[in-house]
Amino acid sequence: MAGRKNQKVQIQFILNGEQAEVAFAPHKTLLEVLREDLQLTGTKHGCELGECGVCTVLIDGQPILSCLALGLDAEGREVTTVEGMATAEGLHPLQETFADLGAAQCGYCTPGFLLTAKELLEKNPAPNRDEIKEALSGNLCRCTGYIKIYEAVELAAARMRGEQAEPARESIYGIE
Amino acid sequence: MALNNGNGKPRRVVGKPFRKVDARAKCTGETRFADDITLPRQLYAKLLRAPVPHALIKSIDVSKAQKLKGVVAIITGKDMPIPYGILPVSQDEHALCIDRVRFVGDPVAAVAAIDEDTAFEAMNLIEVDYEPLEQIASIEEALRVSEPRIHEYGIEGNIHKKVSLEFGDVEEGFAEADLVREDVFFYEGNTHLPLEQHAALAHFDADEKLTLWSATQTPHYVHRALAKVLGIAASHIRVIATPNGGGFGGKSDPFNHEVVVSKLAMLTRRPVKVTLTREEVFYCHRGRHPVLMWIKTGVKRDGAITAMHFRSILDGGAYGSYGVASTFYTGALQTVTYNVPRYKFEGLRLFTNKPPCGPKRGHGTPQPRFALEAHLDKIAEQLGLDPVDIRRNHLAPAYSVTANYLRIGSMGLGQCIDKLVEASGWKEKFGKLPYGRGVGFACSSYICGAGLPIYWNSMPHSGVQLRLDRQGGVCVQCGSIDIGQGSDSILAYIVAEVLGIDPFDIRVITADTDLTPVDLGSYSSRVTLMTGNAALQAAERARELLTIAASEKLGAPIENISFAERRVFDVENPETGVSFAEAVVLAESKFGTIGTVGSYTPPRSPGRFKGAGVGPSPAYSYSAAVAEVDVDAETGIVIVDRIWIAHDIGQSINPTLVMGQVEGGVYMGLGEALMEEMAYRGNRNVVHKFPSMLEYKSPTTLEMCDVKTILVEDPDPNGPFGAKEVGQGPLLPVPPAVVNAIYDAVGIRIDEVPATPEKVLAALKSKAQGKEGRYGPLGVPAVDWPEPSRVPTPAEGGDGKEIPPLAAHVKD
Repeated sequence: MAGRKNQKVQIQFILNGEQAEVAFAPHKTLLEVLREDLQLTGTKHGCELGECGVCTVLIDGQPILSCLALGLDAEGREVTTVEGMATAEGLHPLQETFADLGAAQCGYCTPGFLLTAKELLEKNPAPNRDEIKEALSGNLCRCTGYIKIYEAVELAAARMRGEQAEPARESIYGIE
Repeated sequence: MALNNGNGKPRRVVGKPFRKVDARAKCTGETRFADDITLPRQLYAKLLRAPVPHALIKSIDVSKAQKLKGVVAIITGKDMPIPYGILPVSQDEHALCIDRVRFVGDPVAAVAAIDEDTAFEAMNLIEVDYEPLEQIASIEEALRVSEPRIHEYGIEGNIHKKVSLEFGDVEEGFAEADLVREDVFFYEGNTHLPLEQHAALAHFDADEKLTLWSATQTPHYVHRALAKVLGIAASHIRVIATPNGGGFGGKSDPFNHEVVVSKLAMLTRRPVKVTLTREEVFYCHRGRHPVLMWIKTGVKRDGAITAMHFRSILDGGAYGSYGVASTFYTGALQTVTYNVPRYKFEGLRLFTNKPPCGPKRGHGTPQPRFALEAHLDKIAEQLGLDPVDIRRNHLAPAYSVTANYLRIGSMGLGQCIDKLVEASGWKEKFGKLPYGRGVGFACSSYICGAGLPIYWNSMPHSGVQLRLDRQGGVCVQCGSIDIGQGSDSILAYIVAEVLGIDPFDIRVITADTDLTPVDLGSYSSRVTLMTGNAALQAAERARELLTIAASEKLGAPIENISFAERRVFDVENPETGVSFAEAVVLAESKFGTIGTVGSYTPPRSPGRFKGAGVGPSPAYSYSAAVAEVDVDAETGIVIVDRIWIAHDIGQSINPTLVMGQVEGGVYMGLGEALMEEMAYRGNRNVVHKFPSMLEYKSPTTLEMCDVKTILVEDPDPNGPFGAKEVGQGPLLPVPPAVVNAIYDAVGIRIDEVPATPEKVLAALKSKAQGKEGRYGPLGVPAVDWPEPSRVPTPAEGGDGKEIPPLAAHVKD
């Protein structure tokens, strides 16, 4: 048992835009491979059964739950984690607005929300509130009540469309 | 010395929507949570947990597990025989059970192995022989079964704590009333469900010093518990609380896994990590107590309360935890919203064979608040009063002392109600919406930190150390831990405001028992008020040193020296000044290395009776909410469309963070109102029905309602810049506002949360059959309540002390 368990498999894939190669025990989930074998701890674990969404990563641009995928599933694919969102030029607009609007409180669910929202905005640059709720319904957040997350996604979407958008006064100070 | 402390000047930081100092790291994956830390040669630990709810441990055989390749150490209860617990009066936990298990999930052995899979495999090879004991699954069973006792301490049988307090003569008050009403309510238990599972990593170094990194809200108490259980000097233990991936009260106790990895690290001389599974997090629990409540209130025709009598029976689960405090909290804050001239409280906490209950957001107060606000709704209806008016017309006065000796400071509830009524369109909606649609109203209040420490001492509750370096760097150090609420940022904002620098210039070091002065922890909504005041004092002391040095250099009078935009200058001649960094050089040249400290101790509370320790606070926050709901009479499904909430924050240190706490509190209250519950199979080993996120229902984006927030700022003299709490209070009015709205929508009373579709349908059915349209408990079990401690109220000239028992009898 112990011997077989330790026999590693090796895969090649594109990780955050760079060629990557990693060897791991074949039963490991993509989440475990990212966190334990590649030290990319930005991807989180929360429920072990695909319910909470904190382990969300993008495979070929699509959000998937890395706790339900095997590391082997990444072979030859493009994987994006939260560590791949910012560039030398700066943060992704979503990262900027999540930080500024308080959409990240404890921050544990944040990577999953950011990646899910990133895919949403790539598909739909001007989502309405209901479309945002629908897209994010697989990600749980226990801190924010989701409101600041919606507002951050809307603000980032506007900025990504090239608009000079600022947060609504109500979202910062409440209604007068 | 007439120091210019900047009072009255426009504020540059406080009240402004700066981002949090750690916000970007949380959006890039850089924040290191406990499980993100890995050390060379690290082992992994697993805890073997009991599959039975109540049993004696006859034997534990670890021999097979020990032989498994990769297993490095196995420990059992006898390796850590010293008990611990968060409260000095409840030292009833062992890191691993020694002779008895008390709930499904109680740990009995632990393994350290080279990897997690091996530890798991070894855990399954440990053989434990249990001798089952009668299980106690409910309030009723705990009251009925006195043997076996789950614990050998407590009042008697399975009664952990019994409380009886009477302030003034309630019978006299009931006699004066025009209406006396009694109601019974039940609030089901629920859990914090932080997205981060608890994790801890221990390292015992070559100099025999222990370091523990842990996802804890209370590093100071963990530090104390480790020193006690491990038998090593506290000075040789360092506890570093890692940023919590959500706490909500669930990471506030010292936990068995923290002791276990520490012990294993000492035994193996290798770092040992444990990360709990989601199922284990359900067993850690310490969440909302299920509470059965009875309330009796006497009122005049105009709704003025003449007396109130409140009883609560708490299902405590298998250990003490914070339970004694929780019990008192179910009876403490009824008096701080409306004027209650005479008040009696009886409380009871029971031990049952379930995961221990403890503090969850609102600690012991959402349950009685739910009961009180639903009860008042019924009284208003009976008197023909608007639910808003019955509350608004009888508010507890600001700057007063309640019948149970809580000192109220600023009190913005009236403003909250007025703004809320207008914003929500209450008058146009209440009683006027079509069948199936309704609005409900409720108010609440919460403490801004407990007035007394958990273990008796006369030292500060919070300390801050400030270090200024000659290149202008400022480092603030404090024992507080950021659990997402933004406490690190609050420290930086307050120091930045006082020293006239940018919050992002400041380095914040928190929650490290080797480096930071003690702060008691992130619980009881104490952090902004207490660490804020400590930071304010430390910063003002540093400002004083810089002021003196700059005044000499600039030849300007001391009272003219001002701080802003990273400059220290003569306010009458702003061109005359030095940079902040130069001011530090001047001060360091004059005084030596610049470091200051600040600390905060809450004011003494006026209560002197036994039991007066729970409820006092330096200040109280206030909230009021209106819920608008849609009830589907066919399915029983309740959809909350929108909640308007007004919160008296005193003064926002940062409005964005305040808004986030309000919205998060509403969210968590909504989950408790509609769906969240810790449910057990009482007839099948008291197993948790669904210890997973799939089946423990919590609101997703699709269930979460729209929230309209109104911030009311009624500064409190005890708060830093007038600030009060917001982390817990806004949860409180939500469950009662929702059930009151259900009544407005379809005319049924749901006197038990969560208000699930089954309960709504049952009440609708009962109403259709001409019976009472209600779902809820029918009564409370008979309890042999003790003679109350009688405390004359302040209005009666009381001095806060109880009447000696003999005199009380004479009075009877």
